Amino acid sequence: MERNQMHKHIFLMRQSFFDQGLLDEQFIQLEELQDDANPNFVEEVVTLYYRDSSRIILNIEQSLERNPLDFNKLDNYMHQFKGSSTSIGAKKVKAECTQFREYCRAGNGEGCMRTFQQLKKEYAILKRKLENYFQQSRQAGPSETACRPRMN
Amino acid sequence: MENGFPSTRNDSFPAGLRVLVVDDDPTWLKILEKMLKKCSYEVTTCGLARDALNLLRERKDGYDIVISDVNMPDMDGFKLLEHVGLEMDLPVIMMSVDGETSRVMKGVQHGACDYLLKPIRMKELRNIWQHVFRKKIHEIRDIEGHESFEGIQISRNGSDLSDDGHMFCGEDMTSIKKRKDFDNKYDEKDLGDHSSSKKHRVVWSVDLHQKFVKAVNQIGFDKVGPKKILDLMNVPWLTRENVASHLQKYRLYLSRLQKESDLKASFGGIKHPDMHLKDPAGSFGLQSSINTNQNDVANEHMPDTKKTLNADNPDPQETSSHMSFDHSFATLGSEVNYEAFDCHIWNEAPKIELKREHKPLLQLEDGFSQLPPCAPEHHVKTDKLHPVPSVTSGLSLTARDGNRVSHVSPKKCAIESFPIQSKGHMVVNHQSYEPVSTAISSMKPQGFNLSCLTDFDYCQRNLKASDSTLAPFNETACLLQGDFHNKYFGLPNIEFTDCNDPSFIAEIPVHWYDTLTSDYECPLDPTEYSIFDQGLFIA
Repeated sequence: MERNQMHKHIFLMRQSFFDQGLLDEQFIQLEELQDDANPNFVEEVVTLYYRDSSRIILNIEQSLERNPLDFNKLDNYMHQFKGSSTSIGAKKVKAECTQFREYCRAGNGEGCMRTFQQLKKEYAILKRKLENYFQQSRQAGPSETACRPRMN
Repeated sequence: MENGFPSTRNDSFPAGLRVLVVDDDPTWLKILEKMLKKCSYEVTTCGLARDALNLLRERKDGYDIVISDVNMPDMDGFKLLEHVGLEMDLPVIMMSVDGETSRVMKGVQHGACDYLLKPIRMKELRNIWQHVFRKKIHEIRDIEGHESFEGIQISRNGSDLSDDGHMFCGEDMTSIKKRKDFDNKYDEKDLGDHSSSKKHRVVWSVDLHQKFVKAVNQIGFDKVGPKKILDLMNVPWLTRENVASHLQKYRLYLSRLQKESDLKASFGGIKHPDMHLKDPAGSFGLQSSINTNQNDVANEHMPDTKKTLNADNPDPQETSSHMSFDHSFATLGSEVNYEAFDCHIWNEAPKIELKREHKPLLQLEDGFSQLPPCAPEHHVKTDKLHPVPSVTSGLSLTARDGNRVSHVSPKKCAIESFPIQSKGHMVVNHQSYEPVSTAISSMKPQGFNLSCLTDFDYCQRNLKASDSTLAPFNETACLLQGDFHNKYFGLPNIEFTDCNDPSFIAEIPVHWYDTLTSDYECPLDPTEYSIFDQGLFIA
């Protein structure tokens, strides 16, 4: 693929994240924070997010296996997870978090389970898309589309 | 102040502001660090609240401001906030993804100077230096005002107290202004002796704080007073004011803990009495001022009352009570500008004339005399308050009178005759004593605050002279600023019985006599009193 085309492709990919409601403006904030001192800032943050949040997901999974459900605990975990998801602007994931917490408050275990499955799905989709995006950006090298500078 | 004004440390203030960020979420920690660095702040990050606390303790003067997440596994963010407020007196910004009003309120109540919602934006962080700056301004103002009392956290601690004080910025400013006015008036006479103690601030190390807590526990929370604590702590360089100030904070701290449980209630304006209430002195101060108003209103009835009261005055203690009075008068005497006070206070009670106001004083005295046998408890509380009166102004005196009266009334059955008064009193008793009530207030808080604050400022200035408990005072002051008046102000169902708490009795004599310095004889004759009073107010 020619370089310009690649950049265009990456640009559109990024745009689609917003169009599909996967990301919100927090992601743009992160992009703005990226500078010469931290040229890979966005990717670093996203990586950190996925590494750290997987731990919380595990906690929630385990809590959901308990009987009876400890909604308080679940709500706490989800609060934590939501806070994390806010950091990268994971809009859809965040929406699922909110839904999940509402079910917690209502004491609706069924709703929690269902929402959690949906949440994990969104979480995984975003992860895949972002990984793909960062990878392609790296390959395409620096451009005006706020993509990553070439790494190797 | 150990900590120079930021701009002196760095000309490019707020660049170089030293920020400690505490969040268990590494992602946010990374983002915040980057953001703060972009603001040219000096950033330290910390993933655990306990580590943060250790960092802060190790380098007492190493940070200007703390930003902390609310939910952390090892320690609740609110708890961290308490500690930071108590030990380091630093501004703390809370942050959370949760914007529920109750959460934010809790943060503010615990003393957060700001509450940011995640995702946090650069522009919000760019602005945080204002909290540091504001704090410094207040500190400097305090010094300039020659108000050295650490205890007057009202302004300086704006952030700490914000739980109470924040919303009342208006009053806060007013109080400062008032204080300044007073300063101007008294500067010439008063300033000299105060200046020495005011300047140094004590850093409360963990050890020191533990000593303090130990002393408090040893003495018993109900009876605790700065002087006693100071004696027990046995730290030579510590002053009574230092202890008083710390005691105040400590009380606030405890009461907040308590408050958490009934947050809602407190907010409604009706509050169950908690630690604050228990603190007799504190509540007392407030109430006394309040009572004054009420008394004034009730003045018409007063004359009769007095007579009755006087008639009964056989008690020896009367004298003492009077004495204390005199004492206060003497102190205040020339310096105090009663007019100022009167204005504030009296404005509220439309019918009052100066003369009438005096009458309440008379009543007070009566009350005093009568008190010994029956109303020990009352006195007790009073005693704690004592410092104030002695230090203070006509206002407080009056207030006291009111209290006395109120106390008296139960016994004397004089209550019936002054319905109004009893009300006012009731509040007082109530507050000072036990968390007995439920409240209703008819008070007009605003006017109140003004007068009360003024009063406080005044008192504080003079306090040094006296041995009494500063802390309660200050606390009261803080309370004033907060929304909490409500609690104090009007609780309808007062039980006098509660007032008679034997435990307090023991204390009475001591305080009493402490304050009694006077050579004033206590004439039982009402007329004399009135003269006296008049003299006071005429000034």
